[in-house]
Amino acid sequence: MIRERYINAVILALMVIISIAALWMDEPFTITLATKAVILALAAVGLNLALGQGGLVSFGHAAYFGVGGYAMGILASHAQNYTPLMEVPFLIEGTNQMPVIWLVAVVASALLALVIGALSLRTSGVYFIMVTLAFGQMLYYFAISWPAYGGEDGLSIYVRNEFPGLNTLVPIQFFGLCFAVLCVVLFMVHRLNQSPFGLALMGAHQNEERARTVGINVTRLRLVAFVISGAITGLAGALFADLNRFVSPVMFDWHTSGQIMIFIILGGVARLCGPLAGASLYIILEHYLGGLSEYWQIYLGLILLFVVLFAKGGIVGGLARKEVRHG
Amino acid sequence: MSTILLIEQILNGLQFGVMLFLMAAGLTLIFGVMGLINLAHGALYMVGAFAAASMAAWTGSFTLALIAALVAAAMFGALIELTVIRRLYKRDHLDQVLATFALILVFSEATRWVFGSFPLFLDMPDALSGTVMLPGGIEYSKYRLTIIIIGLLVALGLFLLIARTRVGMRIRAGENDREMIGALGVDISILYTMVFALGAALAGLSGALVGAIQSVEVGMGEPVLILAFVVIVIGGIGSIKGALAGAILVGLTDTLGRTLLPVLFSTFMDASAATTIGSALASMLIYILMAGVLIFKPTGLFGSA
Repeated sequence: MIRERYINAVILALMVIISIAALWMDEPFTITLATKAVILALAAVGLNLALGQGGLVSFGHAAYFGVGGYAMGILASHAQNYTPLMEVPFLIEGTNQMPVIWLVAVVASALLALVIGALSLRTSGVYFIMVTLAFGQMLYYFAISWPAYGGEDGLSIYVRNEFPGLNTLVPIQFFGLCFAVLCVVLFMVHRLNQSPFGLALMGAHQNEERARTVGINVTRLRLVAFVISGAITGLAGALFADLNRFVSPVMFDWHTSGQIMIFIILGGVARLCGPLAGASLYIILEHYLGGLSEYWQIYLGLILLFVVLFAKGGIVGGLARKEVRHG
Repeated sequence: MSTILLIEQILNGLQFGVMLFLMAAGLTLIFGVMGLINLAHGALYMVGAFAAASMAAWTGSFTLALIAALVAAAMFGALIELTVIRRLYKRDHLDQVLATFALILVFSEATRWVFGSFPLFLDMPDALSGTVMLPGGIEYSKYRLTIIIIGLLVALGLFLLIARTRVGMRIRAGENDREMIGALGVDISILYTMVFALGAALAGLSGALVGAIQSVEVGMGEPVLILAFVVIVIGGIGSIKGALAGAILVGLTDTLGRTLLPVLFSTFMDASAATTIGSALASMLIYILMAGVLIFKPTGLFGSA
């Protein structure tokens, strides 16, 4: 039995070691893969807060991922075409500055999560899954049928957005930036889980009635968690769009929601670094199985089935063995 | 817009709704009896369509194709129930979602592997192609009319099965108290497999019937699956009556929204903007409907808390 804290340290260190080794061996593609894993992990960290800590099985997190992506796409496309986003009643211009884009992505996805969460939290259990899935799909169809920003074809951004003091087009610098964002968010989520808010959230997950009895407003608590969760996933969406320099409705697709959920289950539900372990494993599988066979998703499906049926706890759970405190 | 066109669209909406009912009925039955959320239901829809297309290509008979769809979907349904689904009844919803999502990946990719990525085509039978004259001088596709009739007959059959037969009694008993009917000597695991296979067969039938209107391709079941979820949320989980009402409501709202909204918008804005905004809004209309139902009745129209 290994302490989860050590496993987390090893997972984070491995990400750094792999990318520095890749830099040293001049393998920029490996760095890009690592960046992708980090960004997808960030999306899953967001979902993990709602799903793992809060027990809210949202099957619609692609919505926030997509909104984050489109926040980047829309702002950057206006910046690259030198057209203002809006002139009346006041002028808003596009931007290619990442901090601004991140802020917009976080605020936009938080607002969306507030609306969807307020509606979805009126239900629970299986209804909640279906409703979040349906709202996610609504945005997918909206993105397809709204022609202003590329519609079904998506939107290409030719140059990666800028971050003060960095050259984001250099793979290792972009990796470092994404990794730093992930670490900051992980730290915040860790602190949040330890705070009265996090404890109350887990308490409500374990026993809703008891939480209500001690005077916790469970619905409001969950809504706040859902909004934070959506905002984190939205931030990941903005980074993911910047990684690919492309956004399309696929980001809104329900397979994206499923994937984000897969990262969590592969890594370990409600484990701090579970999403990172899961996303990395997914990227490795995608890369190697995808090289072996065009139909690699069959194997992915079988592995996922195995993990769900027989190996609950995922990678981190399997290594740490100890049940999560609130499990 | 003329009345004839409007009636035609209403019939189209009805046809769409009836197809959604076939999907939603299976889902809601499986949820009601076994407490399972089954994402792989869309995969069974696809299996039905592919079985029908293959059988039709081989024998040329549409009736045989429909039978093939029913049998193949029921068989695959029973197979996954026996191997995977059975282990999920006692698990939480997250496990059910993930395991059935994994089944979708396996089914979709396996189908792509066997049949390739290109869509197959399933021709409707000659006897049903062309149009029929309805009272009031409305010409309507014979095939779509047949789908409406088949769907309503299946709905009637399902009501009778559940309300009037011994199997139906056991299904209802299973919804109310699983342990008790087990104690009374009913083999629950056989009952569960049967219900699952029944739901699968309905999905397969629906896939085959729609396959003759649209193309038969990998992933065809997924949009329908999500619409079926919307139907269930609107109708109330576990209620066949709710599934029928929800399905017709969703079918009509979606079809009429797509035709009427652009027309409605063009009355007060220019034509191209009206088409854009109208069709973008139409694609969201059923979800807005769902949100409305959630605000006023979170358990659905026919659902009990």
